Amino acid sequence: MAQAAAHSSTHHAHGQQHPIKLYLVVWVWLFILSTCSYLVDYFQLEGFLRYSLILLFMLLKAGLIVAVFMHMAWERLSLVYAILVPMSAVLVFVAIMMLEADYTLFSRLSFFAPGQ
Amino acid sequence: MAEHTFSNFETTHTHSSGLRSIATDFSSDRSAFKNVSWGKAMMWIFLLSDTFVFSSFLIAYMTARMSTTVPWPNASEVFALTIGGATLPLILIAIMTFVLISSSGTMAMAVNCAYRRDRRKTAALMLLTALLGATFVGMQAFEWTKLIHEGVRPWTNPWGAAQFGSTFFMITGFHGTHVTFGVIFLLIIARKVWRGDFDHERKGFFTSRKGNYEAVEIMGLYWHFVDLVWVFIFAFFYLW
Repeated sequence: MAQAAAHSSTHHAHGQQHPIKLYLVVWVWLFILSTCSYLVDYFQLEGFLRYSLILLFMLLKAGLIVAVFMHMAWERLSLVYAILVPMSAVLVFVAIMMLEADYTLFSRLSFFAPGQ
Repeated sequence: MAEHTFSNFETTHTHSSGLRSIATDFSSDRSAFKNVSWGKAMMWIFLLSDTFVFSSFLIAYMTARMSTTVPWPNASEVFALTIGGATLPLILIAIMTFVLISSSGTMAMAVNCAYRRDRRKTAALMLLTALLGATFVGMQAFEWTKLIHEGVRPWTNPWGAAQFGSTFFMITGFHGTHVTFGVIFLLIIARKVWRGDFDHERKGFFTSRKGNYEAVEIMGLYWHFVDLVWVFIFAFFYLW
């Protein structure tokens, strides 16, 4: 047990040290994913396919940056939750504003549509 | 002796895992983020608040775009450039994305070198990161100039919904400001690394505290965050 504590304290002293190869692999993946999302626009994909691909590549890139480059994957769980859980408030806000925007569009179309 | 008790405390309390470890950390009547220095914890909390700022901008954009009865301008055409006779959609934005991702990669390398205490390489990689960041801001200035010449204003534009201009200037303007401050922040830390402040534990000018190489990692957190925000702006504003 004492050894485990000693190990964790030396780990802390040296900070977040990970093999360079890992960073290079993630870097290459970020380039590939960015190229993919550019190609979505280049080939003018439409509809559901376009939006799902944009979201997929975006989330993969964001996940790689946060987990590896920002070292979130190795941080203590209490810090990870303290940062990630409040993000759910943003999703709730998005949902609220989608309802609101729908309603605004509905009223504009019913009462202020040009030429009616 | 105090050290000893402290490490004993750590041993007994670092053993639990999952949700239980979070509960023990937060109910320990001590700092909740163990193994995390105050500098890093504060940077994360700042980044969380900054995430809310950018989220609000993107949500405002979503609301404006969803509720307008006028067609939204096609970003693919608005940001197209003609290079050597060929019109490429969104090409400038794609190049800006690659520049920013490259800078994130060099920053990650700088953090790695910093923990190896390789003073010269760390400073050089940070300067390269700052250079790529400045390139990004330069390209953004070019983009703004082009759009302003084409008649885009916060209240009007030639292609459709008026909110396009205000959203564009607001979101990319705030992001560009973040990149600019990041470049300044990078140059300051790079100078400290180059001078050997973190090797000799020289005291900081404002804080009088001894610095260490973790400052480079904290700087890296900010820089990667700027890249992260661009991922979302690229997806929602330029591609959607």
